[in-house]
Amino acid sequence: MGQVVVETKDLSKSYNGFTAVDRLNLRIEEGESFGFLGPNGAGKTTTILMLLGLTEPSSGTAQICGYDAIREPLKVKRIAGYLPEKLGFYEDLTARQNLRYTAELNNQPRDEAEKRIKELLATVGLSQVADEEVKTFSRGMKQRLGMADIWIKEPKLVFLDEPTTALDPQGIEDMLDLITTMNKKGTTVIFCSHQLHMVQRVCTRIGIMAKGHLVAEGPIDRLGRQILSGGKYRIEVEVAQPSSTLLDSLKRVAGVGEIQSSGNSLFLTCDEDLRSQIAKGIIDSGSLLVEMKIEEYSLETIYKKYFAETEL
Amino acid sequence: MIAVFRKELADHLSSKRFFIFLILVWAVSIFAAYTAIQTIRGTVGIDIEFVFLSFFTTTGITPFPFLVFLAFFIPLISITLGFDAINSERNSGNLGRLLSQPIYRDEVISGKFLAGLAVLAIIIVSIIAIVAGLGLRITGVPPAEQEVLRLLAFTLISIIYGAFWMALAVLFSILFKSSTTSMLASIGLWIFFVLFMPMIAGAVTEDVEIQLLIARISPYTLYGEVISILLMPSLDPATAAQLYTATGRLPTPLSFTQSFLLVWPQLVSIIALAAICFAVSYIRFTREEIRTT
Repeated sequence: MGQVVVETKDLSKSYNGFTAVDRLNLRIEEGESFGFLGPNGAGKTTTILMLLGLTEPSSGTAQICGYDAIREPLKVKRIAGYLPEKLGFYEDLTARQNLRYTAELNNQPRDEAEKRIKELLATVGLSQVADEEVKTFSRGMKQRLGMADIWIKEPKLVFLDEPTTALDPQGIEDMLDLITTMNKKGTTVIFCSHQLHMVQRVCTRIGIMAKGHLVAEGPIDRLGRQILSGGKYRIEVEVAQPSSTLLDSLKRVAGVGEIQSSGNSLFLTCDEDLRSQIAKGIIDSGSLLVEMKIEEYSLETIYKKYFAETEL
Repeated sequence: MIAVFRKELADHLSSKRFFIFLILVWAVSIFAAYTAIQTIRGTVGIDIEFVFLSFFTTTGITPFPFLVFLAFFIPLISITLGFDAINSERNSGNLGRLLSQPIYRDEVISGKFLAGLAVLAIIIVSIIAIVAGLGLRITGVPPAEQEVLRLLAFTLISIIYGAFWMALAVLFSILFKSSTTSMLASIGLWIFFVLFMPMIAGAVTEDVEIQLLIARISPYTLYGEVISILLMPSLDPATAAQLYTATGRLPTPLSFTQSFLLVWPQLVSIIALAAICFAVSYIRFTREEIRTT
């Protein structure tokens, strides 16, 4: 178990009689890449703002690396980066000047900052336009500049609020690569989005928010199993020359439940990943194994299924 | 705060607004002062007390003397420098990024306010210095010690007067989300105080005392009184008469300390107004919740 980076206890926020976040309990560990999902207005952004100490919670606590987000916002902001959904830069300043200002606000020594800015601009692929005014930048370039901007303070964790929205495919690709790079260098990433396949590409664990509640949370494959097949593994097997004892042989494998067969294809439902045992059973029965795959869950299916169930 | 201050100052000094205003204000003030100085030169032989101060207070061929121009222009400069301090950050999407940096929120507002004030101070000091230099060059009359003192006080009070308008503009930039609205609100209030307040005072009552009382709600009136008394030590017969009855002799002109005591209430009012505006902006901004809607 890594160090806990984000921990909330019954974090709630309501304004004007509307509960945006309702008793949220969240725990994110160091080095994780956490996908924070949910439809617009589910309370994702409000949660992030509370974690950064920008908005005061109505009740509950939020801790970032052991610092209280409400009482010690400065300490939190020193180690946490935030890429807002509505990201903007000073249009009349160049990319380099914008980053320089951020470095100054973080009290970084000038020489060190200059060196770092140069490196970061190269990392995000903006070296060529480093001294051009930001107003000439495309949306994708601004997002990449935003990544450099939060990187300057060498954050322990970053909150990315819809970082790939309204980008072209290449822009999305670039952003996802940068996020992965950042995560690999040891930064905990909290990726907030409703674009599921982006989240699936980057994140190992997700949390789904709906109407202020965290309705599901965990690694993507486990969530998929829970929601789509009641926590069971579904394995699809294709055999050649099925022998008469095949089904019996498979039924004898401990842990295998229901078996459906149609022609040379078989669908097995089991309590755990029993692929090797099943393979042995097939071979033992004298049949030939052509192909075997375990059902994977796309985040999209999980998400749709989840919301289909909760909405009704 | 230094980082915010430095960045804002650099922004102002490289902005078009600043240059347009600098050139405009310089041109108008120099013209007003130059014609005034020419008028003064034409009266050589007649004994004028405080010749040096009269560069600022004499009306030349322009309809107003230099100091009226200043009373009129300072608010405009302050408003131009401050009306979009916060809402431009919000609208451009910089506010979220800025506030997620490890700085206190009040550093943002104080840094911006002080940077605007520094720019204003540069403009005010430069025009007063230009007029003084121009006068010295043309008439060859050096300022007396007391005149220097009065000019310094005048400069400082002008900056404080500007600070009030700056604080007001910054407050509007927090209250209104759109910078056009905050600009119009500030300009509207400026026009109200400069043009309508005296008119309203005149319309409401015949009583001069009460008229003055109403007019004094306007910082424009307060500032006007302060600088007139400071720069025209020989004037203000009403006070002179009061002093005469009190002491039995006519003490004209007033000494610097006497002038200063005379304007103290007005000066305190201007400072208080500026402080109130700033305090309200400060509280509003530090308490505001950042939300993305």
